[in-house]
Amino acid sequence: MKKLKTDPKGVLTGSHYLDGDYALAEGALAAGCRFFAGYPITPSTETAERFSERIPYVGGVFIQMEDELASIAALIGAVWGGQKVMTVTSGPGFSLMMENLGLACMQETPLVIANVQRGGPSTGLPTMTGQQDMMQAKYGSHGDYEIIALSPDSPQECFDLAIEAFNLSETYRVPTLIMTDECVGHMHEKVVIPEADKIEVVERKWYTGPKGEYLPYKLDDDGIPFLTKVGQGHRFHTTGLTRDERGYPDLNAERQKIVVTHLIEKIRGNADKIIKLEEDQIENADVVVVSYGITSRVAVRAVQQAREAGLKVGTMRLITVWPFPEKRIKELAPHVKAFVVPELNYGQIVREVERSAWGKTKVVSVPHCAGWVHDPADILQAIKEAAK
Amino acid sequence: MKEEDRLEEKNPIEGLLRMDRIPHIWCPGCGIGTVVTSFADALKKTDLDLDKVAVVSGIGCTGRVAGYIKLDSFHTTHGRAIPYATGLKLASPGTKVVVFSGDGDLTGIGGNHFIHAARRNMDLVVICVNNFNYAMTGGQVASTTPKTANASTAPYGNFEGAFSLPYLADAAGATYVARWTALHLRRVSKSIEEALNRKGFSFIEVITPCVTLYARRNRLGSGLNLLKYYYDKSEIRHGADTRDLEITFQGKLTVGKFIERERETFLDAMNSHLSHVLGDDYQLYGRCFDD
Repeated sequence: MKKLKTDPKGVLTGSHYLDGDYALAEGALAAGCRFFAGYPITPSTETAERFSERIPYVGGVFIQMEDELASIAALIGAVWGGQKVMTVTSGPGFSLMMENLGLACMQETPLVIANVQRGGPSTGLPTMTGQQDMMQAKYGSHGDYEIIALSPDSPQECFDLAIEAFNLSETYRVPTLIMTDECVGHMHEKVVIPEADKIEVVERKWYTGPKGEYLPYKLDDDGIPFLTKVGQGHRFHTTGLTRDERGYPDLNAERQKIVVTHLIEKIRGNADKIIKLEEDQIENADVVVVSYGITSRVAVRAVQQAREAGLKVGTMRLITVWPFPEKRIKELAPHVKAFVVPELNYGQIVREVERSAWGKTKVVSVPHCAGWVHDPADILQAIKEAAK
Repeated sequence: MKEEDRLEEKNPIEGLLRMDRIPHIWCPGCGIGTVVTSFADALKKTDLDLDKVAVVSGIGCTGRVAGYIKLDSFHTTHGRAIPYATGLKLASPGTKVVVFSGDGDLTGIGGNHFIHAARRNMDLVVICVNNFNYAMTGGQVASTTPKTANASTAPYGNFEGAFSLPYLADAAGATYVARWTALHLRRVSKSIEEALNRKGFSFIEVITPCVTLYARRNRLGSGLNLLKYYYDKSEIRHGADTRDLEITFQGKLTVGKFIERERETFLDAMNSHLSHVLGDDYQLYGRCFDD
């Protein structure tokens, strides 16, 4: 690939016709990501290819690792080397990353993983779409932790949310996942990339205190510890074990409570600031369709037809899936006849909706075993039933 | 009495240890501390800025080394010390990155990363403490356990073949390969010093006693008995063909520096190749870090 015309920061400013996978790579570059370690897996590989083509011109490293365990381990190491980092994968590779996703949570390293979902379980449907890893994203690694997960519904949003993912991960020192899918990943649409100066990028919260006194897990006033990188003379330590402020192992129930509470509350306690939703005609709605990613675009047709038939239907698109917007669902539950939740799985996020609705209203799952998107007629049927 | 006149034995490598974490967890007679001492000794002899040296360990008894060395140090997940170190090195090329871990961690669960890092000639110093078993979990059979040796998951003796680590490292492309035992303190130190002062994937295996598990299960006596075994059965053969380095149960231990060769490291190859192919458009990577 010839050098593309970018601005000095390497941002591909302008109007482009890109697929979601490429847009993820462009978003990462625009956010200042200069380290990518990955392993090829359909349908995410194009992001790695794009990054490997672009990185030599902007100064950074692309390395194709020997597997996904290595990819995410390299990312965590590279964070301590001072870089903003990203990888991209799909179902089987995502499974392999789970152990070190936990390490990234424990060591509080900001990194971005995009999962371009395909049908599973196992090798499943490598080239066909799915949304079956939504629970794995939150619960796939062992132990209690919180991550942030976003779900773009278009190539434009792949670009936008890639930047957002980096910003959130830096702000909260937490791995942030972009849970997209094969349809969005391979969909070509117009992607408008702003000028570099117009892109809001959150820089790392560097420790600037005295040499040798750095404490990797001492909380700042905002509850998030400062980061440093190797070679600054701090001679700091970090581990995957339960640790104290110095990063030294401290193996007892009291410390465990402090650490786990912190890892969870830094996300749950900031959920209102993190969560982004897109709502339409929710006031006075009888039925609210809750969806995310590609399914929210398929649901548009069903909602349109239901409204034409005189039904009062609102929509809620989850741009942020984790942390889950339980407060908003709980708020709406007493006022609607039902939530309808179509998703390309056998019913995952619908459980969160059910939980958040507290039995105050009906929650209808519109499952799909993945491989293709819903027939809008099935969603329409569910809306009609729910509205009765 | 003045402070400096007090007769107090100070550990000569104290400055390189996290004294606030001592005492360590290793058993009496264990060989890991010996290798740590050799490492500290090598660090003191190099001209490296120690603020720019980092240690990465995986999981296991040797995995705890990162927690005791007073450098930037990283205790990671089981088997993933090398890819973690790879990311660290590539993101911060001016840092000398040392991977300090055990045989199970580096060549059992982490074996794939080991060969690939060697193939890429990733600029890492890899110190492998080989005690022939999984000690932290209670003495299970490992990829390095000699045939017929007893282990808690090979209670009737091991019938699998073992890796010969220098042969593996050589075949995979490592550019420096040495093997010593915990008896060869100064030679271990010298090898580590040589590795620290060069570029490329450098691998040093150190055979060490695991008194509590391997020696006890196999009725080999104390740490001293094992050192006696190393003394009786080691033979220094620098440059030996790595195909001839197999270790049998209580058999001959061929030690020495087997490989030292020059090959472009991953980063040097990346920079030279992409500069060649892309010309002035290529943004040379990592130079600023070295300056």
